[in-house]
Amino acid sequence: MNRIESTFNKLKDQGRKALVPFVTAGDPSLEATARLIPALAEAGADIIELGVPFSDPMADGPTIQASSLRALEQGVTLKRILDMVAEVRKSCEVPIVLMGYFNPVFCYGVERFAADAGSAGVDGILIVDLPPEEAQEIRPYLKKHQIDFITLLAPTTPENRQRQLAAEAEGYIYYVSMTGVTGVATVNRDAIADAVTSLRQHSPVPVAVGFGVNSPETAAGIAAISDGVVVGSALIKKIEEADDTEAAIAQATTFVQALRRGIDQV
Amino acid sequence: MNDYQFPDKAGHFGQFGGRYVAETLMPALAELEEAYRKTQGDPAFQREFDYHLRHYVGRPSPLYFARRLTEHLGGAKIFLKREDLNHTGAHKINNTVGQALLARRMGKKKVIAETGAGQHGVATATVAALFGMECDVFMGTEDIRRQSLNVFRMKLLGARVHGVTSGTATLKDAMNDALRHWVTHVRDTFYVIGTVAGPHPYPEMVRDFQAVIGRETRQQILDAEKKLPDVAVACIGGGSNAMGLFYPFIKDSSVRLVGVEAAGHGVDTGKHAASIGAGKVGVLHGNKTFLLQSEDGQIEHAHSISAGLDYPGVGPEHAHLSDLERAEYVNVTDDEALEGFKLLTSLEGIIPALESAHAIAHVMKLAKELKKDQTIVVCLSGRGDKDIHTVAEAMGVNI
Repeated sequence: MNRIESTFNKLKDQGRKALVPFVTAGDPSLEATARLIPALAEAGADIIELGVPFSDPMADGPTIQASSLRALEQGVTLKRILDMVAEVRKSCEVPIVLMGYFNPVFCYGVERFAADAGSAGVDGILIVDLPPEEAQEIRPYLKKHQIDFITLLAPTTPENRQRQLAAEAEGYIYYVSMTGVTGVATVNRDAIADAVTSLRQHSPVPVAVGFGVNSPETAAGIAAISDGVVVGSALIKKIEEADDTEAAIAQATTFVQALRRGIDQV
Repeated sequence: MNDYQFPDKAGHFGQFGGRYVAETLMPALAELEEAYRKTQGDPAFQREFDYHLRHYVGRPSPLYFARRLTEHLGGAKIFLKREDLNHTGAHKINNTVGQALLARRMGKKKVIAETGAGQHGVATATVAALFGMECDVFMGTEDIRRQSLNVFRMKLLGARVHGVTSGTATLKDAMNDALRHWVTHVRDTFYVIGTVAGPHPYPEMVRDFQAVIGRETRQQILDAEKKLPDVAVACIGGGSNAMGLFYPFIKDSSVRLVGVEAAGHGVDTGKHAASIGAGKVGVLHGNKTFLLQSEDGQIEHAHSISAGLDYPGVGPEHAHLSDLERAEYVNVTDDEALEGFKLLTSLEGIIPALESAHAIAHVMKLAKELKKDQTIVVCLSGRGDKDIHTVAEAMGVNI
């Protein structure tokens, strides 16, 4: 059993929902990210989604675009991110899912990536622009190194496709709450509830919901109708607004604690 | 080459192409592909397309024998495929008419487009006006500065022009923002991609709509010279005019196909747009192809004096034709393109777009290497009115 699965099992036993914060690796610096991961876990995060910055983040709104740019300006590369994860892994067991775009992974070499990510202690990967149809070039390697290939499903995904992709899902399903980019619109809870209910019937894994979750209240609302909540842009804004690394970690931690309280009220 | 049949069912051209997009867009692309397949076997759609190409675009465009250019260079006979004479002044309209007709069939009343030089934006705004559709165009602010005339044209045509400030504020960033807009409005919006790139089925569909260039050229050169050309030359940004010219000649193995990329300040300077010449394989904007990128897979800035070639990637079918060695890909610098621009203007009275001037610049080298009884067809993809300011600036002239 990998860390993602055991985390969801434990939560299920406790009757709790997963809180999955997203932060961009290297924003404001890789050192800061290395400290943020255990700090967020301590504050109540169950899984950390770690953004791998890309120059052309087509599925992201302004907040994550700017965050990616800041990270790239710090000279962050996939190799350095994996080194950082390996370091963090020595003392922290929180599941880590890398999230990003395919080109940096493709350039790294899919086979080499899977091996290095596996030994660094990465538990899953979510590649926004790598739909299942194109994913065969990497999935066998990920499987070999026990890294979950997290599937995105969207409100536009037709029912038969949802059923098929849900059945093949690993780790958890990331359900995109709306048609749009990250962090822009607000969510429609009723529509999400219907979708998640249907997905759960066909999926062997839990369903987490992301895009547009920006407050403890929204997080609580989404948690009530799903297995987990992903919070990205709203958290990154806290980091962006902070004056320095100390403040960034403090504010991010405080926000994650608030999200945790919101979710646990459910 | 006789069995050339690409893309495959999943949209791959050998190792290139494909459909690398977020899940939200996958169903829209499946819907688009299905609608497109229906039109392929539908004579009514083809008639409608042909009708508009003939009566609205003004096709067939002439294949013009450039006598003075030929004499000046002293080698092969040079024929210009006059896409510059199309309505709106470039080849882009062939594709936008096709896609707008398809959008209409699909019941979509809103279209969006990305644009670099503004030619595709104008061509999209034009068909949107023609068919009564809402139109939003995404354009980098750097390109808006370079191409203010086209921006005003688009606005006159009723389009909203969105300035894109992210990244390098050029074509690739405009495409990012167009994709972001599309993902947000995917249910009622048709994305009119302007080149043979993007996720499947765009590279195939745009090629098919542009293939009218090559089909006409093939017939016209056979009529004029009673034989196929020895070489077909076209400039390459994303590569739609080149793919349109090349495609009907792919199985004619005697015809050399030459794509001309923009070498900007020179391919060794790092300031260029030669994705095939100096890029490596990667994934961007929905397809796998040659890209200008760093060692770590970050997309690098392209540079070309021509806004229409200022893109760090290239259509996946060109990448494949390069792999197969069916087409050759060369490049010419900004300065060489300017020479081509001036030469064609002064010898033939034809002011070419700076994009097309790249093709002319390569012909200046190539014609001399060929014999006088050999022929070159060049796609003159667009007219140069839009570039007058850029050329004046490059020549140090204040207008």
